[in-house]
Amino acid sequence: MFGDFFSRALIAGVGLAAVTGPLGCFVVWRRMAYFGDTMAHSALLGVALSILLSVNVTLGVFAVAALVAGALLLLQKQNTLSTDALLGILSHSSLAVGLVIVGFLTQVRIDLMGFLFGDILAVSVEDIAIIYGGGIAILAILMLNWRPLLAATVSPELAEAEGLRPEVSRIILMLLMASVIAIAMKLVGVLLITSLLIIPAATARRLSATPEMMAAIAAVLGGLSVVGGLFGSRTWDTASGPSIVVMALALFLLSLVVPTARLFGRRDHYGT
Amino acid sequence: MHDHRQRETLITLAGAGVRSGGRVLVEGVDLTISRGEIVTLIGPNGSGKSTTAKMVTGVLRPGVGTVTRKPGLTIGYVPQKLAIDWTLPLTVERLMTLTGRFSPGEIEEALEAVGAARLRKAAVQELSGGEFQRVLFARAMIRKPDLLVLDEPVQGVDFSGEVALYQLIRQIRDKTQAGILMISHDLHVVMAETDTVICLNGHVCCRGTPNAVKTSPEYLRLFGDRAGSALAIYEHHHDHEHHEDGCVVGVHGEHEHSHGHQHEHGEPGHVR
Repeated sequence: MFGDFFSRALIAGVGLAAVTGPLGCFVVWRRMAYFGDTMAHSALLGVALSILLSVNVTLGVFAVAALVAGALLLLQKQNTLSTDALLGILSHSSLAVGLVIVGFLTQVRIDLMGFLFGDILAVSVEDIAIIYGGGIAILAILMLNWRPLLAATVSPELAEAEGLRPEVSRIILMLLMASVIAIAMKLVGVLLITSLLIIPAATARRLSATPEMMAAIAAVLGGLSVVGGLFGSRTWDTASGPSIVVMALALFLLSLVVPTARLFGRRDHYGT
Repeated sequence: MHDHRQRETLITLAGAGVRSGGRVLVEGVDLTISRGEIVTLIGPNGSGKSTTAKMVTGVLRPGVGTVTRKPGLTIGYVPQKLAIDWTLPLTVERLMTLTGRFSPGEIEEALEAVGAARLRKAAVQELSGGEFQRVLFARAMIRKPDLLVLDEPVQGVDFSGEVALYQLIRQIRDKTQAGILMISHDLHVVMAETDTVICLNGHVCCRGTPNAVKTSPEYLRLFGDRAGSALAIYEHHHDHEHHEDGCVVGVHGEHEHSHGHQHEHGEPGHVR
């Protein structure tokens, strides 16, 4: 089953999509798209530091992404620069610092293209184990905390007044995103990770009436994008990571055409 | 109509105050809310109404003074405004279980109680201001709270909707014997059923029954120089019917004004 590289890519990609779908819904709901990009860009710094300090690359990427998220939280509390300016600073400076450090690492050569765009066709059985192990853990944490996470997304104030802890929910989400980035980097590359979070979730919105439905549909759509993209890339000999994103985009465009808005809600009777 | 004999004290604030960054937000607040009692906070912007409400809900801890809650106090919270983004698919039904798990029967009953049963399957983004407010009341009440905290509950609702919501608040109080803390969006308007009006301006500047506050020198000194400054008290008589669709028929609520004009509101009105 794990014999050829194509099956491994399929298995790894579908496993990843099952996680990025539900988590991506929170990214869309909380308007964290640029935030996700920033964490992803910091991944190169994570790779460079891991090699420099000889630690596990996945762990290094996770740690740096989490640190960048923490830095953003602290900077936001100072209430000086706007969040998008802060994100811009963190995003590009962490990428630049990462590239500079890579320059110093003369003894190892880092495949920058593979890092930026990923190489899903090169996944090993060990990678699959990490994706499924990490993925199940992430989904379990997401499910166990679903109600407080959702309540904190709808209204932190309300959640807190009724005894939940929205600040904890926020930290949980950031750590889950850092984990997903660490796991997904090898497959789709840092430039395309956020697309797997956002596009399936955005597509699912038009087809869903409840948050839970949207999370499930996003996971399925992400899986379809992986399968469609990989088969497409094999047929037309295109780059696999970008082909997956193009497939996700195609599904999104298709969802715009389907008149699903009438299926849910009661827009025809109630103007807002 | 409610039982005055055995009023259990739900929460007591004694000399409570909050400072933030060296600035006093509010100080010296003494306040007690008992079962079946309605306490209304009024005061200008920045007078500490929200801060006081946050000390009650536990979102803010007092820097000075104490807050004592009945052990196991359950709080239901109706926020000032709740903007739910289109990206989050949420039906009324799903909103009801935002912070806790409830059976379909309980959801039905809670929506029935506020006359919003037919909105059960509607998307929250499709509701009118008055409908959404009713649903938020139902959401807070489904928890069977000991204490209901209402942050400017009638803000953004038109006059007849306002009358209907005040009536709803009274019904809730009579039926559930919950204590109610209400922040009034208008300096000059309080519900007639209010047991205690607390007028804040960084500290408690006066308190008492609506009629006592209306004539208190502190109230007049604070707000007396403003046009139309007299405290209006909404009186509700049992001579109008309230229909399930939020339509109020034959309202003759007196809207007391001492500055020379009388509002006409005997017309049937619609919440929407």
